[in-house]
Amino acid sequence: MSVDNTVAEAGRPRLIRADRTRRRNAAETRFRIYGVVAIVISLAALVFLVLSILSNGLGAFSQTFIAFDVYLDPAVIDKNGNRNPEEMKKVTTIGYGNLLKKALAADLEARGVSTEGIPPKEVDGLLSKDAPAQLRDKVLADPGLVGQTIRFETYANGRIDGYFKGRVTMESARLDSNVSPEQLELADRMRAAGIVSVRFNWGFLFGPDASELRPEAAGLGIAIIGSAYMMMIVLVLALPIGVAASIYLEEFARQNAFTDVIEVNIANLAAVPSIVFGILGLALFINFLGLPQSAPIVGGLVLTLMTLPTIIIATRASLKAVPPSIREAALGVGASKMQTVFHHVLPLAMPGILTGTIIGLAQALGETAPLLLIGMVAFVRDFPGPPPEGFFDPAAALPVQVYNWTQRADPAFVERASGAIIVLLVFLLSMNIIAIILRRRFERRW
Amino acid sequence: MNDASKLQVTLPITPDTSAAVASSAMVREGEAAAGPDIKVAARNVDVFYGDKQAIKDVSVDIPERSVTAFIGPSGCGKSTFLRCINRMNDTIDGCRVTGEITLDGLDIHDPSLDVVELRARVGMVFQKPNPFPKSIYENVAYGPRIHGLARGRPELDEIVESSLRKAGLFEEVKDRLDGPGTGLSGGQQQRLCIARAIAVSPEVILMDEPCSALDPIATAKVEELIDELKANYAIIIVTHSMQQAARVSQQTAFFHLGVLAEIGSTQEIFTNPKDKRTQDYITGRFG
Amino acid sequence: MNVGLLILIVLVIAAAGYVLGRRRSLATADGNIRGMHSLPGYHGQSVFLFASVPAFLVMIVWLLVQPLVIENQVSALIQPSDIPEGSSLSLVMADVRRIADGLDLAVARGALTEDQIATMRADLTNLRGRLADVGVAIAADVKQSVFVAAQEYRALNKIGLMVMSGLVIAVAVAGAAYSYSRITPRYRARNVAEAAIKALLILSSTVAILTTLGIILSLVFETAHFFNLYPARDFFFNLTWNPQFRGGSDLGIIPLLWGTLYVSFVALAVAVPVGLLAAIYLAEYASPTVRGIAKPAIEILAGIPTIVYGLFALITVGPLLRDYFAQPLGLGSSSSSVLTAGLVMGIMLIPFVSSLSDDVINAVPQAMRDGSYGLGATQSETVKKVILPAALPGIVGAILLAASRAIGETMIVVMGAGAAAKLSLNPLEAMTTITVKIVSQLTGDTEFASPETLVAFALGLSLFVVTLLLNIVALQVVRRYREQYE
Repeated sequence: MSVDNTVAEAGRPRLIRADRTRRRNAAETRFRIYGVVAIVISLAALVFLVLSILSNGLGAFSQTFIAFDVYLDPAVIDKNGNRNPEEMKKVTTIGYGNLLKKALAADLEARGVSTEGIPPKEVDGLLSKDAPAQLRDKVLADPGLVGQTIRFETYANGRIDGYFKGRVTMESARLDSNVSPEQLELADRMRAAGIVSVRFNWGFLFGPDASELRPEAAGLGIAIIGSAYMMMIVLVLALPIGVAASIYLEEFARQNAFTDVIEVNIANLAAVPSIVFGILGLALFINFLGLPQSAPIVGGLVLTLMTLPTIIIATRASLKAVPPSIREAALGVGASKMQTVFHHVLPLAMPGILTGTIIGLAQALGETAPLLLIGMVAFVRDFPGPPPEGFFDPAAALPVQVYNWTQRADPAFVERASGAIIVLLVFLLSMNIIAIILRRRFERRW
Repeated sequence: MNDASKLQVTLPITPDTSAAVASSAMVREGEAAAGPDIKVAARNVDVFYGDKQAIKDVSVDIPERSVTAFIGPSGCGKSTFLRCINRMNDTIDGCRVTGEITLDGLDIHDPSLDVVELRARVGMVFQKPNPFPKSIYENVAYGPRIHGLARGRPELDEIVESSLRKAGLFEEVKDRLDGPGTGLSGGQQQRLCIARAIAVSPEVILMDEPCSALDPIATAKVEELIDELKANYAIIIVTHSMQQAARVSQQTAFFHLGVLAEIGSTQEIFTNPKDKRTQDYITGRFG
Repeated sequence: MNVGLLILIVLVIAAAGYVLGRRRSLATADGNIRGMHSLPGYHGQSVFLFASVPAFLVMIVWLLVQPLVIENQVSALIQPSDIPEGSSLSLVMADVRRIADGLDLAVARGALTEDQIATMRADLTNLRGRLADVGVAIAADVKQSVFVAAQEYRALNKIGLMVMSGLVIAVAVAGAAYSYSRITPRYRARNVAEAAIKALLILSSTVAILTTLGIILSLVFETAHFFNLYPARDFFFNLTWNPQFRGGSDLGIIPLLWGTLYVSFVALAVAVPVGLLAAIYLAEYASPTVRGIAKPAIEILAGIPTIVYGLFALITVGPLLRDYFAQPLGLGSSSSSVLTAGLVMGIMLIPFVSSLSDDVINAVPQAMRDGSYGLGATQSETVKKVILPAALPGIVGAILLAASRAIGETMIVVMGAGAAAKLSLNPLEAMTTITVKIVSQLTGDTEFASPETLVAFALGLSLFVVTLLLNIVALQVVRRYREQYE
């Protein structure tokens, strides 16, 4: 309006005023910069996130080990001399602990590593608190070892491990009641003597969880199995149900109130907060149907319900992408509707369905909140049995294990949690890569 | 533009009266032609899409072992009517067919006739070649398989070969029967679709503008094939091309605005049309 | 005979039916498949279905009804005098079931024989110990009448299972025989088999409805239960959240709601400008190469599980904010805070806003842009004055969806926001949200009778309702926008 007026009053003004154009161009540049900044912020956040997890978590894959000779004194661990495991079970880890204490002291002396000025209790403190139990398990599994001297390798205490990874320093040790600078110096000497070494730790990937005081022994084995069991259940239930539902909705259902209700339901279920599914699992599967807590079966069922909308949406999209001419061709030679769908449409839609399923599984694998409510946070040290019975045994799950470890006091568990995240991300990355390859490979243009 | 306005002026006939005229004429024609070799007969067929009526009171007889062409301007309902004959319209939501269509005297909507059986007896070839994305062999073998027409692999091989031969395609593809059907040229694909339809040994073949997506050479081949096939089958072909109708058919039906305006021997329709609308159409005044 | 074995037997009968039906259909047609309506395999399938489906239906109904009937019969054996003070019939019946299960277990492990159980009346004190040996703990010594009820319970169960097995097998055989006898070449076996498959398809598609129904029922029932124990008025209007183990808790939702909204607000304040500007840049300015790299990279953020963001908030962002902002400014000393959770959640939401907005912006017809450029508008003027107004409803829909995500998000706030329910404006202070409290009230050992546990269901219902409304509105807005340009 005002522009029009000035034009009219001025008679024949210059159509384009240079200063105005300059301002407009500056605004243009500014706007463009905002966009670039937004992109940079997003990407920087991604990089920062990944780097932070990597830098915190890579340490979890290597571990400090202590190896020394232990004489398995029959007088301590098998007083009756029968080598009967049932009888030997009566000896607790305390007995083995004393054995280890002596053996370590003897080994250090034999190798000329000085322990001067360090109380014997602190020398022993270099070992993981899990060590006596490991030795006991080893002996009970093979009673023939009693009476021999074996080379026993075990984890170093989490603080010693932290010292070699840079998490614990002389300064922090001075303030820490759990470790002393003298112990760290001793560890340095032991490393020089070859008793202590740092290397890749398979126990982190395959071992069971360990208690609060033994971060060095905590592993992901049970969590990985639990997650794998749940993924199996999700795959076996969600894929057929999701595909069947999509086929009905896309190929058979007529537009009516019933199908409208289903459509609205699916759209909304896809957006219901995951924790609500956890509440459903707790109320329905555990309280009402009486399924066990912490079991992969319950987690699997809950995740199945969560994954269904994803699979249904992907399946319907790929069914829709199959051109109607294929259906007409099959109907035209006298195939029934059902034969048309199962012989022609479904096979053609399969790559899309599988891609959607893998993406749905990847989502389910990373899901945490609903699993917290159905008791997957419980501390589990026994591996679940093989399926299908194992589906009902208590187990952990990868993301829940991460949460679990972050709730523990010892900072060594932060490293473990980040390490577990790396494992989780590697799984997710491989699943997504498979999905991308599937899509590239089988993508079809009609 | 001029033609269209003229049409409105010269043809103030309401659909109802025109339908009545057409149908009474048809029945008389049908009775005259009635005989042992009527394969498909339609009486008073109406088709509705929802509330919209697409076909109004069409009655027509299709003789055995000859080619019937359906011609008419776009949207006149000729394809819709064709799809009634093997009940392909069942697959469209909201489509309703009334009236009677018989195949060998048996009502095709009779519950004792399964729609799948009907489609095995009344094969169809579509406007755009639509081979399955499978091998050439599998394309042709699919129909015989689901209908249990072959007792073993050798018999199936035989059906596939003879169908491809009848479609005039065997010599061109005999070395690559395992190759994908979608890898053929457009004309070859359409002949593959014809072979696929023949393989089920239908009695009637419906062709919905089978050459509209093909070049002239491929069209000539398909027309040649139609001419050969008429020795064994009743063929109904919907076409946009009047020349094609004149070349391949013995009987021609002219559809206009969902009404069957005129039907008669091809010779007569093209040389001496009785209906004014037919005359206007074939002389190129509209359509 | 146990249920698993019974299922197996029925399946075997059905499988045999399949083979026989197939063979018979070929025989009746004299091997001439052409003359048959359906392929032999379909005849086999129809026999299979007639054998298995009715049998399994009978079995399911029986298994649902039997416990109710037996419960009724057995509870008639319990006299009012058998019910201890402070207990109830249902608790005694629970004991009866435990004892019966324990006896079954003991027999299965060989600790007891059936004869021993039958004569075991006098040595009742021993029973508790024996059951404890097989891992079944009974609270008190067992009364004779309760033990008798348990024996009756076992007996009835046994009879019930036997009768059911007989009936189910009979039904399976009868079904198979019936459909076998119906086989003729003209029999429409394919239609029968396909109708069964279609029924299965329909059943699968109802799972979505059942899930929603399950969610609503479980939430509503337990919430009603909660409001019986704790007044709804207090839940909605009380300004404090302070659960106590020993009762007398304050369970007001307001502080939790405040925390939820505050965190969501911070998250959206991060995600909306960044996501929207990124979407505009990618849609209008970026070269195909930049777009090809940046768009998938941003979408990676959407594929990262929330537990990862939670950990990121806990070990990186939280300490950073505390050391460089909260403590120097004297605003707080906690690493978990509204800002920590909000920032990290904002990062998580960037791809939601950006990819939805990207779709929406791309849906604006090119003609509109051309019109604007044709008048001499710069690109940014076109975006601001033409494209954004045209795309606004779609963008609003995207933001609403992101908001619903933010409100329902759990792990990031559990690990980043803190656990203290507070009504404060300081973003560097720890606050808590609805989802955090659902987790904390429902994890660990939970007693399903106390308001402190049941409140989680009321919180869940509130969360469900709020997110559902947001989603419905958002989907409506987006749909209407799409229709506008289709």
